[in-house]
Amino acid sequence: MTSTSTLSRDEQVKALQKKDARRRRIPLLPALIFTIVVTQTPFVFSLYFGFLKWRGNTTAPREWIGFKNYTDAFQNMFFREAAWVSILMTVSAVLLSVIFGTLIALLLDRKFFGQGFVRTLIITPFLVMPVVAGLVWKNQMFSFNFGVINWVLNQVGIESREWVSEFPLWTIVIVLVWQWTPFMMLIMLAGLQGQSSSVLEAAKVDGASASATFFQITLPHLRPYLELGVLLGSIYLIQVYDHIFTITGGGPGSTNIPFFVNQRSFGAAFAYGSASAYSILVVIAAILIANFGLRVLSGLLEGEEA
Amino acid sequence: MSQGNTGPVVGQRSLGGYLLSLLAWIVGVMFFFPVFWMALSGFKTEAEANADPSLIFDPTLEQFRTVTADKPGLLDAAEAFANSAWIVAISTVLCMALAIPAAYALSIKPIGKWKDVLFFFISTKFLPIVAAILPLWLIADYLDLRNTRLLLIILYTAMNLPLAVWMLRSFFAEVPKELIEAAQIDGASLRSQITSVIMPIVAPGIAATALLCVIFAWNEFYLAIQLNTSDASTVPIWVNSAVEFQGQFLAQLSAAATLATLPVVIAGWLAQKRMIRGLAMGAIK
Repeated sequence: MTSTSTLSRDEQVKALQKKDARRRRIPLLPALIFTIVVTQTPFVFSLYFGFLKWRGNTTAPREWIGFKNYTDAFQNMFFREAAWVSILMTVSAVLLSVIFGTLIALLLDRKFFGQGFVRTLIITPFLVMPVVAGLVWKNQMFSFNFGVINWVLNQVGIESREWVSEFPLWTIVIVLVWQWTPFMMLIMLAGLQGQSSSVLEAAKVDGASASATFFQITLPHLRPYLELGVLLGSIYLIQVYDHIFTITGGGPGSTNIPFFVNQRSFGAAFAYGSASAYSILVVIAAILIANFGLRVLSGLLEGEEA
Repeated sequence: MSQGNTGPVVGQRSLGGYLLSLLAWIVGVMFFFPVFWMALSGFKTEAEANADPSLIFDPTLEQFRTVTADKPGLLDAAEAFANSAWIVAISTVLCMALAIPAAYALSIKPIGKWKDVLFFFISTKFLPIVAAILPLWLIADYLDLRNTRLLLIILYTAMNLPLAVWMLRSFFAEVPKELIEAAQIDGASLRSQITSVIMPIVAPGIAATALLCVIFAWNEFYLAIQLNTSDASTVPIWVNSAVEFQGQFLAQLSAAATLATLPVVIAGWLAQKRMIRGLAMGAIK
């Protein structure tokens, strides 16, 4: 006691806690530092490039032009169009795959002959490489001449159509929904399987109808799973590039923001300065969306604080 | 409705039950059909593939031989698969090596603001990759990393790390605190706590997480085509370049697409039950 009398007991505890907190942080640091370096550095560069006039395909020197790239961006009709396509594509693909995924999960959450096999069939599209999904749908399903869809429609007397060029956006959405419905189905299936059977049993004993049970017990129970599905789906689907590349090549009405920004730089225009300005705008939009998404996530983690 | 067994909402033996089972089968077959059609067309000749759909034909391996043949000077199948295998394997191992300790620090011995840190990881997934591609290209070029496996290994690790940390954290959170405390009281070292208490519980979660990393890394196309077009090109690039999209190419395309898809599809089939647990149960708890 005498030797440590300069430190009160409280201070000693505090010092120990501090040391402990530091020790606890150590396992986290490699992942954190790696993520910061690899994911954040590029944006610092983009921020700087956005103020330059810089064409990648000429030797003209870079020039500082302030906010001109940004004011130009807002006046660019194609950028606004791409923003609209992005919203339409993401929202419809996420909603449709969540709805179908939930319905299919309900269908599979019962014992029946071949249950596991049917589940295996349904998850397969999620595992297929997006580039392959795009190519196979474009050339074998939607194709005008020997496409399966037109062939089926012909059998019932409907004329063949050029699906991809008539409905560029919606053909892409169909392929996205095909790939992401299984993912949503997996999440919802986990949700359904986590439902306590005693509650369902009790509802049955009380004579609750099937629909009442669904809307008043199952659906509220599934809510966090639905939110999780929407969140994860949005994160991935807002970045779609491969499907557009393979199906329409960015043809009319199917260029979303990632595709558009890419075309400003490597894709065609080599307008590095302007492409960087667009990138920053996209990042700002992403931060706003992320803020909203993280609030949803925060709700999911609630109750774990204690 | 039939007898009161444990089956949810609709009974199994009623007519409605049979119809729902039938519906499930129909939906399953429809979802699988494009994949089935792709694999099937790979065994056709070009003439058969470029004709009205037909299930009856004389299967041939001709297309598989054509697309896997050596192509001096061009990206051939063996090269693309080797590149993909190395890049996916190493990036997944690296990702796990970084994510497991991080998940430990966010759940079992949580740091003060673990929620904020977790949100930071997830928030990086919202940043569009396309917005980073130009600086990435320039940095990679400056460091002489373009067209190397190392570049994609680093980028895929970073791409999958947030999801891995997130999923693993939830698996670690499922380890009962009492178990760890009991081990501590028994005087178990940190090392034996990890190997004998924590690992057995989280091992299935680690497997599910690693599998998801493998799927996303194997299928990644955008970064690969922007940064690695001449050397160290991966399978998605090979699919796009192995086939000439002129004249009749459907059978060849199908063969190449089938080969490219097969490894991940089989892995996914084998691990689907774990994935169900891993994706949602882990993510929400």
